[in-house]
Amino acid sequence: MNFAVLQFPASNCDQDAVHVLKNVLGHSARLLWHKETTLGEVDAVLVPGGFSYGDYLRTGAIARFSPVMQAVKQFAENGGHVLGICNGFQILCEAHLLPGALVRNRSLQFRCETVHLKAATADSPFTNKIPADKLLRVPIAHGEGCYFADEETLSRLVARRQVLWQYCDANGALTDAANPNGSLLNIAGVCNERRNVAGLMPHPERASESLLGSADGRLIFESLIHALSHRENVKVA
Amino acid sequence: MKAKIIITPKKSVLDPQGKTVQNALEHMGYTGVGAVHVGKYIEVELSGADKETAHKQIDDACHKILSNPVIEDYKFEIVD
Repeated sequence: MNFAVLQFPASNCDQDAVHVLKNVLGHSARLLWHKETTLGEVDAVLVPGGFSYGDYLRTGAIARFSPVMQAVKQFAENGGHVLGICNGFQILCEAHLLPGALVRNRSLQFRCETVHLKAATADSPFTNKIPADKLLRVPIAHGEGCYFADEETLSRLVARRQVLWQYCDANGALTDAANPNGSLLNIAGVCNERRNVAGLMPHPERASESLLGSADGRLIFESLIHALSHRENVKVA
Repeated sequence: MKAKIIITPKKSVLDPQGKTVQNALEHMGYTGVGAVHVGKYIEVELSGADKETAHKQIDDACHKILSNPVIEDYKFEIVD
């Protein structure tokens, strides 16, 4: 597979994402500078973490208007797969490619720790390889990861099974104590209605090798690779 | 001309920053302090002379980029 990993001024998880896709999973991955107006030949786009444009105004607010994001929007509208991690999730929400928004953590603290995640459904290109009873141990590192959407949007997300990952405790229970940022419904990640765009606050690219303490994050990338290799043979670029 | 824009979190969105400031004010002994909301103030200098055009443009900019309508409300005035 060919992955494009976007690179904005102050992206800082871009190299980690390329490393995992290339060296750990054996696929092709290249960085794509934010000023590019086309994506070229790609199977999927990864919007990495960081502090794009200094997170000025709001997280992801400026990045959303960068030239490359116009191409990503078109790619997603054509059915292309897009995954946003941390700041990438915030950018995709600002770009209205995903519903809701990420606001300041309820504790006001920047939280940097390993959390437990539960996939709420295996029915998505981003979760199909995650066994039903598997809890993922994946790190988070963010100050603005509290997922918010109005009540109507939230119930629609639940009804259409667009909630993909939720914060839980070591036993899989969705408790307040296991919610690191105050996200509604313990939401750590969602997808769009068409299920080709997803975002999550935790960092699977930092948990894809057992040397780093957990390789659970690989399941998310492997899900996407599985979905891409089994999709109908349509050109989306 | 100048646009003076005030952006505040929507009432339905948790505002932990406002709550923390409220607690601090109470802690310092200020009495009768109710809910506090912390937002942003943005000033945009405008070179045009037509207030109506400026109003339209700033409204559009507030909606598209200066605020996020999912979580924030905005209001503004155009002054000379």
